[in-house]
Amino acid sequence: MTAFMQFLKDLLYDSGKAFGLIYDGGHKIWAGFNLPPLTLDIIFLLIAAACAAAFIAINALFIIWFERKISARMQLRRGPNRVGIFGIFQTVADTIKLLIKEDITPKAVDKLAFFLGPLLVMTSTFMVFLVMPFGKGLIAADLNIGVIYILAVTGLTVLGLLCAGWGSNNKYSLIGGMRSAAQIVSYEIPNVLVMLTIVLLSGSMKLGDIIAAQPTVGYVWMQPVAFIIFLIASNAEINRGPFDLPEAESELVSGFITEYSGMKFAFFFLAEYTNLFIAGALGAVLFLGGWTGPVLPPFMWFMIKSYFVVFLLMWIRWTFPRIRVDHLMEFAWKVLIPIALLNLVVTAFVIKFH
Amino acid sequence: MAEKLPASLEKLNTEEYLLNMGPQHPSTHGVLRIILKLDGEVIKDVVPVMGYIHRGMEKMFENRKYDQIIPFTDRTDYLSAVNNNFAYVIGVEKLLGVVVPERAEYLRVILAELNRIMSHLLWLSAYGMDVGAFTPLLYIFREREEIIAMFELITGNRLTHNAFRLGGFKYDVPKTFFEKLEKFISHFADNLDEYETLLINNVIFKSRTVGVGVITKALALSYGVSGPSLRGSDIKMDVRRDTPYSAYSKFVFEIPTGKNGDTWDRCEVRMNEMRQSLSILQQAMQGFPQGDIMAKIPKIIKPPAGEVYTAVEGPRGEVGFYIISDGTEKPYRVKMRVPSFSNLSALKDMTVGFKIADVVAIMGSLDLVIPEIDR
Repeated sequence: MTAFMQFLKDLLYDSGKAFGLIYDGGHKIWAGFNLPPLTLDIIFLLIAAACAAAFIAINALFIIWFERKISARMQLRRGPNRVGIFGIFQTVADTIKLLIKEDITPKAVDKLAFFLGPLLVMTSTFMVFLVMPFGKGLIAADLNIGVIYILAVTGLTVLGLLCAGWGSNNKYSLIGGMRSAAQIVSYEIPNVLVMLTIVLLSGSMKLGDIIAAQPTVGYVWMQPVAFIIFLIASNAEINRGPFDLPEAESELVSGFITEYSGMKFAFFFLAEYTNLFIAGALGAVLFLGGWTGPVLPPFMWFMIKSYFVVFLLMWIRWTFPRIRVDHLMEFAWKVLIPIALLNLVVTAFVIKFH
Repeated sequence: MAEKLPASLEKLNTEEYLLNMGPQHPSTHGVLRIILKLDGEVIKDVVPVMGYIHRGMEKMFENRKYDQIIPFTDRTDYLSAVNNNFAYVIGVEKLLGVVVPERAEYLRVILAELNRIMSHLLWLSAYGMDVGAFTPLLYIFREREEIIAMFELITGNRLTHNAFRLGGFKYDVPKTFFEKLEKFISHFADNLDEYETLLINNVIFKSRTVGVGVITKALALSYGVSGPSLRGSDIKMDVRRDTPYSAYSKFVFEIPTGKNGDTWDRCEVRMNEMRQSLSILQQAMQGFPQGDIMAKIPKIIKPPAGEVYTAVEGPRGEVGFYIISDGTEKPYRVKMRVPSFSNLSALKDMTVGFKIADVVAIMGSLDLVIPEIDR
């Protein structure tokens, strides 16, 4: 019995150990049946992927509700409050509505690009979860190039947005797609520079090592400038206000998602909010010490910190007017990149001579 | 855009393209259609297309008796119903030679100024949305709701009040009205300051509006631009002061103007105008006279043959009515002079050379109301 309690405790506080037990036990049983071990590995992989997908779906449902509530509080409204307690099931109802909606493909669209758009965006978002450190040992693959991997994979989003923008055969969509491509490419650079600063400090690109290398308070106190740049750049990269130009409602109707409806639209929506969570999670991992923290299980700490950063991003979104497209580019190239570069150089010198 | 392209790009063939903005678009504020000729994001030409909500108002006026026309004027510019009533009613009164009691004149001024604030508040909230700030809308609607409640108290209606009658008012003010007005005046100035800090003086907002959509004095005058859009270009023209109508000569107020005639100046002028309206309201409330609210007018209204042009300063500019009477119960012809129409005509000169996002910002700063343009 105590062994079982220990196992449960491990599952919460040291998931790596618990999963190791499950893995080894499973293989023992599998070997008893004389089955090839590879099949079990594949089954485990599928289960892990299903867990990640479930997490993304449930998390997106929650984060959309969260944003609606937060924005409502900031705007003297109440937000959803009819479906379930505090309206928590409102987004579930919305999703069901989107699911049963007819999937419309307009006649004049480029069918392949139109179909690939939401798929590419969703896939690249999904792939980030491979290296997401949810807790101690609760990570699918702690790649030794974790940071670079995240940057590479999120960069793929541009392809999907361009596909959607071009394939929709709509001028608003096209402008939206072009804007988002320019924006994401530009803001990736300050983001890379900021992440490099963190990599310099921790001496590793492994997300697990970065978390381990951080002091108890996190890198945010050592790198406040980097944190602010990170907030701005990631906000721009996930196309949210005040950088929501690709889908600027008052200018481009809905930008690259103008022609989408039903499940394809839901994919974009899901990707957008999952990206928001990813931005929050990266902020938590790089600057706030990831899953480390007292008393509560690591997974809880990870979620609390991620949602704190997400809240910051929402706060920014609902406060400021939208920036103009040329100012956006100027801001990235003339302000953010020089500051980020300077920050990187200063950090490097301090590390070298300290 | 004038820089020379590198040699490798010179062979690249680029084309201008047309973008149809509207009639169904979130920020044309109604059913205005704008055809934009674009080079990338830069605007080369702007052609507004009007008439999607044409209802033949002026023709309808010809088939109605004089007192039946008032509700129709409400519906031309639905955001400033009172000021439209005002312009029409004083025109017919001039034809009839009726002198309106002072109490009614004061009440008219109070309603007109409240309506001006209401209209400007709606403009401010919608403009916030045009430049991408959604949150101010819901804060501003708080104060707007207070004004609408006051209108409801007097006239029973919220938006199209049908407030005026030929010769005065039908209903007197309820006692609770002035309590509400006082309460509103006591906190509204603070609210305005708050909105000015949060929205108008915001860094991003300024970067979107300063230097954008400049219209020079001469050009503004030649297009017949009026109202805050004209005063933004540093021209002190206000019908309330230049040709005082009703009780306006009794009040002291300033005419706020901008300096450069850009979008930000027009915004700032509107903000200051609300402050001036507040001061007029205060003065009108203090000097509110006793007496009748309705002049003696004949049962059947038959103005003598003749013609008259009367104008008032609406929230968007000069609202004018040119009324020709042929001595019968119905007018021979009524022509409206609406500010939005003239203001819209200046759009092209303001926008060419700017970006798509600026079209929205500039159009918002003109505060267009489409049913007024199409009538």
